Amino acid sequence: MQVRRLAAWAAVPLVATLGLAACGSGDDGGSGESNPNATVSIQIGEPQHLIPTNTTETSGNQVLSALFTPLVDYDAQNKPYEVQAESIQSTDNTTWTIKLKDGYTFHNGEKVTSDSYINAWNYGAYAPNGQGASYFFEKIAGYTDLQATDPDGDGPQKAPEPKANTMSGLKKVDDLTFTVTLSAPYSEFKTMLGYNAFYPLPNAAFSAPGVIKDGFEDAIIGDGPFKIKGTWQHDAKVEVERYDAFPGEKPKVGGVEFRIYQQLTAAYADVISDNLDVVPTIPTENLTSVASDLGDRFQQSPASSFQFLAFPTFDPAYSKPEVRKAISEAIDRDEIIKSVFKDSQQSARSFVSPVVAGYRDNTCGAACEFNPTKAKSEYAAAGGPAKITISYNGDGGHKDWVDATCNQLKTNLGVDCVGAAEPKFADLLDKVEKKQPVGMFRLGWIMDYPSMENYLGPLYTTNGSSNYYGYSNPQFDALVKEGVSAGTPDEAIKKYQAAEDILANDLPVIPLRFGQNNFGYSSKVKNVEIDLFQRVNLTKIEAVS
Amino acid sequence: MFRYIVRRLLQMVLAFFGTTLIVYALMFAGQGDPIQALAGERPVTPAQRAYLTETFHLDKTGVGGFFYRYFDYIGNLLRGDLGMSLTQRKISDMISTAWPVTLKLALIGIAVAIIFGVTAGVIAGIRRGGFFDNATLLLTLLVLGIPTIVLAPLAQYFLGVKLGWFPPTAGAQPSFYALLLPGIVLGSLSLATALRLTRTSVAENMRSDYVRTAKSKGLRRRRIVGVHVLRNSLIPVVTFLGVELGNLMSGAIITEGVFNIPGIGFNLFRGIRTEDGPLVVGIVSILVVVYLVCNLVVDVLYAVLDPRIRYV
Repeated sequence: MQVRRLAAWAAVPLVATLGLAACGSGDDGGSGESNPNATVSIQIGEPQHLIPTNTTETSGNQVLSALFTPLVDYDAQNKPYEVQAESIQSTDNTTWTIKLKDGYTFHNGEKVTSDSYINAWNYGAYAPNGQGASYFFEKIAGYTDLQATDPDGDGPQKAPEPKANTMSGLKKVDDLTFTVTLSAPYSEFKTMLGYNAFYPLPNAAFSAPGVIKDGFEDAIIGDGPFKIKGTWQHDAKVEVERYDAFPGEKPKVGGVEFRIYQQLTAAYADVISDNLDVVPTIPTENLTSVASDLGDRFQQSPASSFQFLAFPTFDPAYSKPEVRKAISEAIDRDEIIKSVFKDSQQSARSFVSPVVAGYRDNTCGAACEFNPTKAKSEYAAAGGPAKITISYNGDGGHKDWVDATCNQLKTNLGVDCVGAAEPKFADLLDKVEKKQPVGMFRLGWIMDYPSMENYLGPLYTTNGSSNYYGYSNPQFDALVKEGVSAGTPDEAIKKYQAAEDILANDLPVIPLRFGQNNFGYSSKVKNVEIDLFQRVNLTKIEAVS
Repeated sequence: MFRYIVRRLLQMVLAFFGTTLIVYALMFAGQGDPIQALAGERPVTPAQRAYLTETFHLDKTGVGGFFYRYFDYIGNLLRGDLGMSLTQRKISDMISTAWPVTLKLALIGIAVAIIFGVTAGVIAGIRRGGFFDNATLLLTLLVLGIPTIVLAPLAQYFLGVKLGWFPPTAGAQPSFYALLLPGIVLGSLSLATALRLTRTSVAENMRSDYVRTAKSKGLRRRRIVGVHVLRNSLIPVVTFLGVELGNLMSGAIITEGVFNIPGIGFNLFRGIRTEDGPLVVGIVSILVVVYLVCNLVVDVLYAVLDPRIRYV
């Protein structure tokens, strides 16, 4: 039932722009030195919410990353390391003891204690609060007691009050220590804790236990390196300034203006005229000119997104793995990336992204090699359908590559192929869920936390939250389950890799592309980095005066 | 005159309820799954779905559900409450922040249309067939032929980015200067139409009997054009500009997007895209009022411009 973030980078591009280093312009005339008090501007879209447990999109996440400190962050190998946590330990992978570092305070002066975490998590998990990221807490014991099902579906009756409003798995030990008991062992729990749903909230957030104060979201109080300046100016900007009492690594700028843009092209125009400092996503239409517009201020870095074509395994026409393999072999991924995406993405030949530990190159094997002659004979031998349909959501900018793919299938397999646009993603999902004949359909995925499980579990296990294509293989399910409860992350990876090999054989989906951050910045900033979650690294960025 | 205005005001009430009902019905009929639309491509948790369904009465479907939701909406509206958008922000707040900037933009647009369009139109009308006339005809043809979706990014790129004469984007609290370029882009379409309307109307009146009479009386040309011709020629132009102000308010969708101005047009576009029924109906209700008021003002202006037009 729970869901991870299923998203296509193309659909709602959310970005951040770094702030204008307006202050530094007068003094030493562009010497290239860093100005620690300057403000940088970063482009974002209008965040949907700024309560950590209700924030599931990139723009909100970018703002929260300035205002909050996570328990753990990820190192260069994408393994978790403690930030606000002193230690996160478990002997049995079920009961985890989290010790907090002393000295962290919220921006109103309140100390960060174990209660700050327990209250925030309980608020997030309590179903009637309707928090978008509540499913992150489902592994914690007692989560189900905070849920309630409507007795008649979405019908007229109101769902009953849940049995409890706090999770039994959260126990305070002392002011800086608490334990989390999971309902089943999970070796990678520590990895999960880096997600923004696990941020703490101060007492000042609540008007009564479990009730968030009106207006708190617009002037949110966090425990991070920056505090909010004024309030969230909807559709305009969120400004933050350095929080001087922050005990962690200090940022190298005085503040950040998260400027809200409705269109990436507007932000791009601002960056090339130095009106805006960072645009974390270059609009597709500008990819051809970006190298000449920005020079080496246009950069790329790995991102976690994964784009694929799914087969309706419930449809007899696509039920044979041989048919699916032949279709996959008939697609020239590199050509499409070059012609349609202008090299802004990378070909995918594995089922998990290169950004997670345990990734292996080309796990898909021969099935993802472009081989039109072999594909054609295999397709004919397996008796694939004479007409292929590829469904996609028309609002996400997918038409070009779907049409290109179709053309390749026409040429290489000798079949008829059409791209069928549904108005919105919801319409596509609706049809798929009702098992209406949609043919193949496109899907995308962005990870929540760097783990192979985050790619395999939701997408391919029998009851996976985003397994829309009805793929089911008990052996695969068992391997993922063993991975989840394995003793160490390394043992878990072995199980996940074995599971991935099954996918290569069954091929329920065709891996197509891994995403990349394509970002640009103005001449007023340096050391711009974008992480796997498409966020600008706010401790690294510097303003050039 | 007074009775006429009262009657028009009463008609406005009817028109208002009629249009909101239609817009509400259209939004209701076209609504697929607004909760999913809000979430984009991310699956929605059952808890969140239940919460939003409850909050926005999304479980009320069918004809009965429609009237339930419509009357709920109208009831709140009469109490001065526009309700909440699906993003859980108060629509009145959203409109009140978006309104001023769009109004400024529309006023700049209409000012551009009046200052340049009407003036050039008068000149072209007087010198019909001359070089100026032909040049403006050609230019307006060009402007009318280029859609805003092309014109706005081009203006932004050349005047904003390449030449640097204007800031490329305006933002939420723009200065007058920053709004100038989007205002000109927005106004250019009305400018072309206003110019052609004025030109035709002036050219026609220049040939009329009363102008001939005035000329033979020995009146100076300036007085003939400034008082006699202009007064009569402006009636169609005023009609056009009055309605155009309403158009500019809502029609700023593309311009606002290109120049990053979070105004009414942008909010309307977002509402439609995310199937945010309450937001769309809220904005449209306000736009309907703007149109009705503009129309009323235009009709009253008729009487001022031409005393022969009397309303009983």
